[in-house]
Amino acid sequence: MRKISLDKLDLLFAKIAENQSLYIPSDSVEGAKFTKWTNGTALTNELNTVRGIKDFFFPQSEDLMKFKMQGKNIEVIDIRDEHEDFVIFGARACDVRAMTVLDNVFLHAEPVDTYYKNRREHGIIMSLACTRPVETCFCGTFGIDAANPEGDIVCHKTDDALYMNAVSEKGTALLDSLSDITEDADTKAVDEQKALIKERMTKLPLAELTTDAFGGGKTEKFFDSPEWAKLSESCLGCGTCTFVCPTCQCYDIRDFKTNDGVVRYRCWDSCMYSQFTRMAHGNNRNSQKERFRQRFMHKLVYYPENNNGMFSCVGCGRCLAKCPIRMNIVKVMKALEGTDNGSN
Amino acid sequence: MQEVMRDKLVAKAKELLTGGVVTRVLGWKRGEFCYDLTPGIFKSADELDKEFDFGDFAAPNLSKYLIDETRKEDGKVAVFMKPCDTYSFNQLLTEHRIDREKVYVIGVPCEGMIDNKKLSAAADGIKNVAVDYENVVVETLWDGNVTVPRESVLAERCLNCKSKKHVALDELVGYEDEITECNRFDEVARLEAMTPEERFEFWQGELSRCIRCNACRDVCPACTCEKCVFDNPSSGVESKAPSDSFEEKMFHIIRAFHVTGRCTDCGECSRVCPQNIPLHLLNRKFIKDINELWGEYQAGAEVGSRAPLVNYTFDDMEPSEAVERGDKNA
Amino acid sequence: MAQINETLIPVVGVITDVRIDTPDIKTFRVVTPDGKKPFDHRPGQCAMLSVPGVGEAMFSITSSPTNTEFMEFSIKKCGCVTEWLHSAEVGQMITVRGPYGNPFPVDDVFAGHDMLFIAGGVGLAPLRSVINYCRHYRDKYGRIDIVYGSRSKDDLLDYKEIIEEWQTDENVHVHLTIDREQEGWDGHVGFVPNYVKELGFDTNKMAVLCGPPIMIKFTLQGLMDIGFDKTQIYTTLELRMKCGVGKCGRCNVGAKYVCKDGPVFRCDELDELPDEY
Repeated sequence: MRKISLDKLDLLFAKIAENQSLYIPSDSVEGAKFTKWTNGTALTNELNTVRGIKDFFFPQSEDLMKFKMQGKNIEVIDIRDEHEDFVIFGARACDVRAMTVLDNVFLHAEPVDTYYKNRREHGIIMSLACTRPVETCFCGTFGIDAANPEGDIVCHKTDDALYMNAVSEKGTALLDSLSDITEDADTKAVDEQKALIKERMTKLPLAELTTDAFGGGKTEKFFDSPEWAKLSESCLGCGTCTFVCPTCQCYDIRDFKTNDGVVRYRCWDSCMYSQFTRMAHGNNRNSQKERFRQRFMHKLVYYPENNNGMFSCVGCGRCLAKCPIRMNIVKVMKALEGTDNGSN
Repeated sequence: MQEVMRDKLVAKAKELLTGGVVTRVLGWKRGEFCYDLTPGIFKSADELDKEFDFGDFAAPNLSKYLIDETRKEDGKVAVFMKPCDTYSFNQLLTEHRIDREKVYVIGVPCEGMIDNKKLSAAADGIKNVAVDYENVVVETLWDGNVTVPRESVLAERCLNCKSKKHVALDELVGYEDEITECNRFDEVARLEAMTPEERFEFWQGELSRCIRCNACRDVCPACTCEKCVFDNPSSGVESKAPSDSFEEKMFHIIRAFHVTGRCTDCGECSRVCPQNIPLHLLNRKFIKDINELWGEYQAGAEVGSRAPLVNYTFDDMEPSEAVERGDKNA
Repeated sequence: MAQINETLIPVVGVITDVRIDTPDIKTFRVVTPDGKKPFDHRPGQCAMLSVPGVGEAMFSITSSPTNTEFMEFSIKKCGCVTEWLHSAEVGQMITVRGPYGNPFPVDDVFAGHDMLFIAGGVGLAPLRSVINYCRHYRDKYGRIDIVYGSRSKDDLLDYKEIIEEWQTDENVHVHLTIDREQEGWDGHVGFVPNYVKELGFDTNKMAVLCGPPIMIKFTLQGLMDIGFDKTQIYTTLELRMKCGVGKCGRCNVGAKYVCKDGPVFRCDELDELPDEY
């Protein structure tokens, strides 16, 4: 384990940014946001960013290919090239686990998504343990340990120093390259912090929430539940929950005409949108209730069924904070398992 | 700090339900925390007792839900409305989107709603919140009690409250107040005073954060098209992500134009934006322009009023004159 | 060829023939610019066709895998992409990627069995590849029955091929029907589900079913009424798709992705899915 004193944090950032782009969570008008580090970019005090690190690997929109068109002829132009190396500093445990959720879809389920893979291979994640979780946090529900995040380099920030532990090949190489400004450290301070975090996690309001009722094979149990109608009755059908969600990965592929041909790009899409499943001759999910149900069934039942029981929610709490009508996966889970406030 | 308490509203709702005046009540449901109220329908006294809530976080404007509710063949629906919500209601009536006969409006006075985003920024780990006229005391997870001035966490729209008077009402619970003096156009004036380049940069910065979640449109009581042009595959402008920086701005600008003269300035668009874009400023600019070009006009102040933009008279200025006056403002 | 499957990037295809099948269905023959079949496929698999600037859509490959020269797609005019294709002329380039989805189990489950194919309208398109596959490997299968119905004689897809090739094959029995009486038609008149019951097949065979949802529903019931088990009946589903590789989320029903885990399903497998297809 290596450490660097907090007053030298800028030196650390500068050193990393010498060889690749570095992104750190920093304050902005939208709230905390991963920002490309330049001299003076300050680390936020907020617990987490408005949007997760998904955007780095699966951006809101990305060009896939181009077409040149002339008369009846078409030329397909592959515009993929090697992504530049980059480092993300300060990713939280929930958001790092979200990458595993996305990896299962884009890397591990055949065929591999080469666009995602390209970015994933060139990105290094320096995670940061959470000493001050907030009331909307419930990563523990999904077996995520906020005291021991995953990532390439796992960091713990104490009052006076940043402790770094490389846990992957990429992380080791990066940490080695920082050896002249960091020093060896024992695990005492980090161990103390981990104990504090573990204790705090048990005091969170949602600490008792479990996934016991959910998982693969529960389609029949929940699909026709009368709760869906009540839960979705005031859903606006907007895409906020899906777009701030670090694990939502549905996308659309669209064409854009430019002066010299056509660009085919993909962009985030939302199962909450009325057009999502619409075909020329009909729509298999016509009501908002059906679309709402799809989103939560996917996270709590369908995804685990296909991924050895792993849920595609990481308890980051973003939907709790951002839904315009304050509906969210916690309310859904509690209602479905029959333990919501109303029916106790 | 709401003067009228939840229990009074529950009692009123029960009375209307049991008296057969209405078959259901549209209100706010208690959430997981003290601040996350969700709009919802209540059909029984039992549901009201268990789930109804009201207070400083009953921000959602319920008027738009009445479009669907009044289409149901299920008798009358009672709805709770804060003063500013009633402007949206009237505007929807003006546009024949709601069947007035099927609604029973219960007015609720409002002392201003707390902005969740401001509150979360002011205090980490919110366990509980106590509000009085002066202060908000937040019981936090790790920092004990944190006290902040109430004004510092009030929603922008409430700091610039345009009216504490209900403009539509079947019955009032509590007291009635007056239309208020406010400075809601100050920020617009500040933008108008910028050079075009500065102003462009301001909006570029704001709108480039948009993630096209459509929450602003979907919550907007003026956005009631059966099929939005931006959702229509055959419109040619259906899109879920800005394909370039022009299109990025187009969505919001077209939306602002479309609700011009119909926007009551309820502020829901800015409340729900996950990216903190001050969308209400676009609409306020149009309201300010209308006020200056055709005289003061407040959408939703009365039912059936013809908005200046659709009310052509011989006294209207010539378009060239409007352009000139617009140029002066630019 | 494997490379095609790894990405969303298509290859270029050239339309070398356009056949007008019915008033709203045309069949397009597609090869690569150097005159080859774009890629190999199995019966029942699909391909993404696109017209850059208009859009991309999934179509079943109607030609048989045994055809090594070219691919064919029978396409009904019903949306942006299909409308554009219907106006396309020979020589027009489009893009193709695939193959996608799981095929009919022609070499294991179907092998050695009598086969019953039932189609309605454009629902014959996905069955044509498997019918022609079975005809090609004739000795691997027993008796073949084909029940095919459409609104009118003019709406029968592949009519020429049915009359000139299928009907003349030994031990292939074609049963055509149209919804309403029509001048110049002396064949059967009536809806497909009823006709299937009238014909009253023995149940010692495998059945493949494709058509409009309402036809599938009633025909499936009809087959069960005459003693078929759901495990003997296969069908193919159609949902909105964008990626074709089980990632964009559109065709997700239950834990299945129709583009990847389907489009071919055994009817008892469908019972395990939520009713959303």
